[in-house]
Amino acid sequence: MSRFQFPPSIRSRPVYGTLEPRRGTAHLMVADAEGAEALLDLARAAPEMMAKAHVLYIPAAEGNDLADRLRATGPAQFYVGPSYAASVSRLRKALADAHMGLQIYLAGTEGLIGQAMQEAMSAGYPASAIQTEHRGSVARRVQCVHCKGVTENVSVTPFVCSHCGLNLFVRDHYSRRIAAFQGVCVDAEDPGDVPAQEGLYQ
Amino acid sequence: MTIQFNDETFHDDYTFRNSDWAIQRFPFPFHEDSYMYSVNLEPHLSLRPGSVYEKTFDVDEHYVAEMKDRARVLAEDPLRCQSLPHMTLAGWDLLELIMVSKAREYPDLFELHRDGDRWHWINKPLGIEQKFVFLDETTLPCGPLEYITRQAQGDYALLDQRDDNLWMDAGMVTTQADWSLDFDIGMNFFEWHAPVPMASELGVFQRALKFLLNLQQGAPVRRLNWTMTVNPLLDTSPENYHKWGVQKTALTPENVGSKQHLRVELQTLFRLPRSNALAFPIRCYLIRLEDLVTVPKWGRRLHRVLRDLPEELATYKGFIRNRPMIVEYLSQFDDGTPTSPGVFPD
Ligand code: HEM
Repeated sequence: MSRFQFPPSIRSRPVYGTLEPRRGTAHLMVADAEGAEALLDLARAAPEMMAKAHVLYIPAAEGNDLADRLRATGPAQFYVGPSYAASVSRLRKALADAHMGLQIYLAGTEGLIGQAMQEAMSAGYPASAIQTEHRGSVARRVQCVHCKGVTENVSVTPFVCSHCGLNLFVRDHYSRRIAAFQGVCVDAEDPGDVPAQEGLYQ
Repeated sequence: MTIQFNDETFHDDYTFRNSDWAIQRFPFPFHEDSYMYSVNLEPHLSLRPGSVYEKTFDVDEHYVAEMKDRARVLAEDPLRCQSLPHMTLAGWDLLELIMVSKAREYPDLFELHRDGDRWHWINKPLGIEQKFVFLDETTLPCGPLEYITRQAQGDYALLDQRDDNLWMDAGMVTTQADWSLDFDIGMNFFEWHAPVPMASELGVFQRALKFLLNLQQGAPVRRLNWTMTVNPLLDTSPENYHKWGVQKTALTPENVGSKQHLRVELQTLFRLPRSNALAFPIRCYLIRLEDLVTVPKWGRRLHRVLRDLPEELATYKGFIRNRPMIVEYLSQFDDGTPTSPGVFPD
């Protein structure tokens, strides 16, 4: 599957790489939806890694489920979760239980990568132990700067805040702590005059 | 001199006013007839008695009203003051810096009596008296950063220094030019500056950071930043932008002189002794255009600066829609004669 090339942006906006096998005492791999393809590539490049790998996979609500193919790579531990929210306590446990030398691989949507990254950083892992690769949807997690509510899977701008109902313009300014982009009221100066919706990278 | 504190508001009925004294000492930010971002840092040394550059932390006629406004904003949104757990020591450092400076420079307004760790702070304008144990959080009504910045004009950011970068890990932010502490807390120098146009390309942030990483204790620096604000609203926060943004549309050729304000931030930077963090006070001064033009040099110069400002900057600073009206108004006060170098009135 072709990978999306994000246009150049501002310095707070995350950039993603390509997962590469690294030497480590253990490997923690977290993916959602098409992020599984990045893990499959990784397993193809270094099949021996999988015997030391713990894989957490969250298939998309709709779309093809790559769980069977991931399981076939023979990870030491394999979990399929119904949503990120349902999986996060397992992720935290895995991060807390791990020993020195853990390598972390995150793949899939920006929302998954950002939230798992935030967990890994607050568990004390250095950025150098974490690799990321974007695959699949380019939708964003967006925090409303007004009500602070986060709306998942935003792929258009402006959009209606799912919490307070304001019309929000989606900025590229990104907070790693919140794992979200910033949404700002688009019609504050001309109430009701909301620009036509367009795709994020249109 | 003793200061006569104004009874005034920075919201709703906007009774804020500058006295002649405040107008004359306003920190006009333009030393020439044009403006572009630069690494405009200079030592924070005492300059010109009576000016805003004389004291470590300037106290003026707006002090009491600004502190009331801060309390009001905090009551509505406590997230405006936050401190990540490792920043408490930096908060104490800041408390010490402010208390010691104010007691020394304004002995008629503030007193600090220290007996080892046992401190006794008296703030006369706000009617506060507090005995506490330095470095013991349980002896203050709130954390040290919040405690002292509820009694000090301006916003405050505390920057942790690690990995050759500065991290905005604590702050008190209620008088900001449209940025969110709650969103930016935890970011590094390049991340929180990401939305600023043009400056990265000019290398401004690279050079500024390098300088700041080497800032020494006892050698604070300062710079000015500026923007334009309709009505004397201190809390131009993104959080409340959906409420105040519409005020920008209330500007007319008749009211632009009284409603449109030049907003100037006197920003200072101090290395803190125990935490090795940096303190970054951002002190906001507002002046309505009709007061500003009473200093002829300032009226002439502001007209030229705003007229010629690159569109990216006017857009970023949020006054692009009103620029033509503002420039038209100011043009009445520009007779085309040369202006003298420097920021002070002739
Ligand atoms: C280390 C303490 C500093 C902090 C905490 C800080 C914080 C900020 C923040 C939060 C913004 C608003 C960005 C946004 O739009 O969201 C900003 C703007 C800016 N900062 Fe800083 N800053 C610091 C130091 C500096 C220094 C030393 C310079 C020197 C060149 C600088 C130059 C600028 C410029 C040019 C802008 C754009 C302002 C405008 O056009 O209104 N900053 N800063």
